[in-house]
Amino acid sequence: MCNQSVGLIQSVIEKHGIPTTSISLLREVTQKIHPPRALFVDLPLGYPLGRPHDAEMQSEILVATLRLLESDQPLPILEEYRVPEFSLS
Amino acid sequence: MAKFSDLTFKYRLFMKTYRYRSYDWSPGTTMVKPLSESRIAVVTTAALYRPDQPPFDESIKGGDVSYRMIPNDTELSSLREGHRSAAFDHAGVEKDKNLALPLDRLRELESEGVIGSVNTRHFSMMGSVTAPGRLTSETAPEVSAFLREDGVDAVLLTPV
Repeated sequence: MCNQSVGLIQSVIEKHGIPTTSISLLREVTQKIHPPRALFVDLPLGYPLGRPHDAEMQSEILVATLRLLESDQPLPILEEYRVPEFSLS
Repeated sequence: MAKFSDLTFKYRLFMKTYRYRSYDWSPGTTMVKPLSESRIAVVTTAALYRPDQPPFDESIKGGDVSYRMIPNDTELSSLREGHRSAAFDHAGVEKDKNLALPLDRLRELESEGVIGSVNTRHFSMMGSVTAPGRLTSETAPEVSAFLREDGVDAVLLTPV
């Protein structure tokens, strides 16, 4: 339910006049909530920014999510992040 | 990886039949400053809380819609994760809270000039809310008011 909750909270914050962007781990759910900006990251639930203690991977996903704020595409934006081959362990 | 087919049958069945809600945010807002000058706050639904705050209440029917305010200078490793959902692997966030509340990463991005600054506080909720009425009518508006008060330029949200 986390992906619905994120989408709903995000939508309320956006309605209050602050631009928002989010990570989605379940595209099917986020498509139903259609928040203003989301980056679908094809990683297991519980790992929105990738591997624990992997600063490089985390930063890359984080920056890709933040960059959606600067996009001039019409809202809503749902982009997909290409996850490189990796293992979580 | 995280697709419906990966979830256990119980959750899959629930998600197939659940009526998802949405909230009308139109027309949306646009950034008034570049990212490199913007103040960023994080809202996570990972149910993180400080040891001096009450844990989230797993027993509330429909979900606990309360929030915890997390000051930016909080030591990440001191945070606890109290999410009730068994639908995700808790091990990642337990090892590294940055996965849900990436404060170390945001501080790095601030020092590199990618973002302007990190807000003085962030917010944590427990995402497992099946009855989200009060989440959208009370919790999220309260959090929005705090973020506006802080002059936040953009908000990042993360699920688990």
